[in-house]
Amino acid sequence: MNRIVASLRTDLAVIAANVAAGAKVLDIGCGDGTLMAALRDERGCDARGLEIDPHNVAACVGQGLSAIQGDADTDLALYPDASFDYAILSQTLQTTRRPDQVMEELLRIGRRAFVSFPNFAHWRVRMDLLTHGRMPVTRLLPVAWYETPNIHHLTIADFRNFVAERGIRVKGAWYLAGDGLIAPALANWRAEHAVFLLSRD
Amino acid sequence: MASLFTPCSAVLDLPQALPLDGGQSLEGVRIAYETYGTLNAARDNAILICHATTGDQFVASPHPITGKPGWWDRTVGPGKPIDTERFYVICPNVLGSCMGTTGPGSLASDGQPYGLRFPVITIRDMVRAHVALLEALGVPRLYAVVGGSMGGMQALSLSVNWPDLAERVLVLATTAVMPVQNIAFQEVGRQAIMADPDWQGGAYHASGRAPDAGLAVARMAAHITYLSEETLSQKFGRRLQDREAKSFGFGADFQVESYLRYQGSSFTGRFDANSYLYITRAMSYFDLGEERFGAGHSRRLSEAFAGVKARFCVVSFDTDWLYPTAESRKIAHALNAVGAPVSFMEIAAPFGHDSFLLDVPALDHVMAGFLSR
Repeated sequence: MNRIVASLRTDLAVIAANVAAGAKVLDIGCGDGTLMAALRDERGCDARGLEIDPHNVAACVGQGLSAIQGDADTDLALYPDASFDYAILSQTLQTTRRPDQVMEELLRIGRRAFVSFPNFAHWRVRMDLLTHGRMPVTRLLPVAWYETPNIHHLTIADFRNFVAERGIRVKGAWYLAGDGLIAPALANWRAEHAVFLLSRD
Repeated sequence: MASLFTPCSAVLDLPQALPLDGGQSLEGVRIAYETYGTLNAARDNAILICHATTGDQFVASPHPITGKPGWWDRTVGPGKPIDTERFYVICPNVLGSCMGTTGPGSLASDGQPYGLRFPVITIRDMVRAHVALLEALGVPRLYAVVGGSMGGMQALSLSVNWPDLAERVLVLATTAVMPVQNIAFQEVGRQAIMADPDWQGGAYHASGRAPDAGLAVARMAAHITYLSEETLSQKFGRRLQDREAKSFGFGADFQVESYLRYQGSSFTGRFDANSYLYITRAMSYFDLGEERFGAGHSRRLSEAFAGVKARFCVVSFDTDWLYPTAESRKIAHALNAVGAPVSFMEIAAPFGHDSFLLDVPALDHVMAGFLSR
């Protein structure tokens, strides 16, 4: 992985390292702009953000980034077709009301899309559920069932199935555990989260 | 040519007539303005601040009539969010106003005040005057244009009609099209002025009587729209004014009534009734799409923004019901649709429309951040 993006959260570093330099990028759920800043400063990208929390939007503006306060479930419809080289949805898919519709929007707005999400089929989650019979609270899913923003849990197998059904092409897949990349073998058991690069063609 | 009030600002007399959207042109235009800070050698640190309806050029210096601090004293100055150590800040009094810039209270070529002979002006006409001022000041390009409310309309108009002029556009609590509810409120204000017998068809200057009662009512009605239920409840609630019980009469029983009466009467000492008519008229006419495509167009707002070159920051406030968040969101989405770099956020602040003028630390943070690079 690229030296310049080493300070990013691992899934963001994967994305940053695989975005073409100078690309036009929409980061949906951009948070405080960490990825956008890296893409702008290290890759020369024209990065824009959509973010629901106004404090985070302010943090983006404070870094000279362009971010719009809005909701991925409703506001993506307002973006024109193919207006970005990449649409990025990192750790946000499982928080949306209709992940299927958000995915369609993602691939309408961006010629390609990066999607990262926590894998609910990681062995620790499975063991937790099996042994305690309770909704798991883990490092990557740290919030109890009643207040978690993650309302649509999914697994790597679910996601692969979903994109196959819809004719979405997987251009790249990266699996992460601990703070590093792991080999793809048995990813649905071993990966804590996954990053996919997708396209329609 | 003097205007109604003659405060001690710098003035520019335009050598040429100013063309107006109404088809006329205006000779002998004077623009009164204040500047703060220094234009650097590269001439690339100028910020134009556009004031709101009844604002003026005294953005960060004491008002010559009321003696109060500048209307954005908390925002503009050394080390403040619009830092005059770094930026050269220019704030002109808008065309049609009464603080030194030519308006209906100014003398026409016959030596008499224009009154209603003054041509009806638009927001873009105000901006034309700003552009002429910038040329005269030797400012080829603005680091930023900044404005709240009607100031935001001017900033948007400038960004669309003079796309090469400003690198950044920061608009607060504003709209790209005057909402019909606001047109309605402003008509109430104008009718209050024109119903005052002292208005005299606008030719009141020579009589020694001015429509103060009407102007005060206009101000009272407008002032309510700048506040929020929360502010009014906290400041006044249903508390009575200097009395133990209701008077069963029509005096100012409630504190809020007394406050509004004071706001109304103090306003007449610093503002010209005819200017109020002309400026609110310009606002009610404001439609950014019409500026671009003419009246009756059916284009989208995004098309009006096609070709803009600036970076935008659009801010609304959650308690502002006069220029609600929905209006700012429309601007943001329209800019987004044409690929313009735009940030948008709704800031939580209790003060209604006036929030952009008051103590809102989140706003300071956003403004300073947006202007920092």
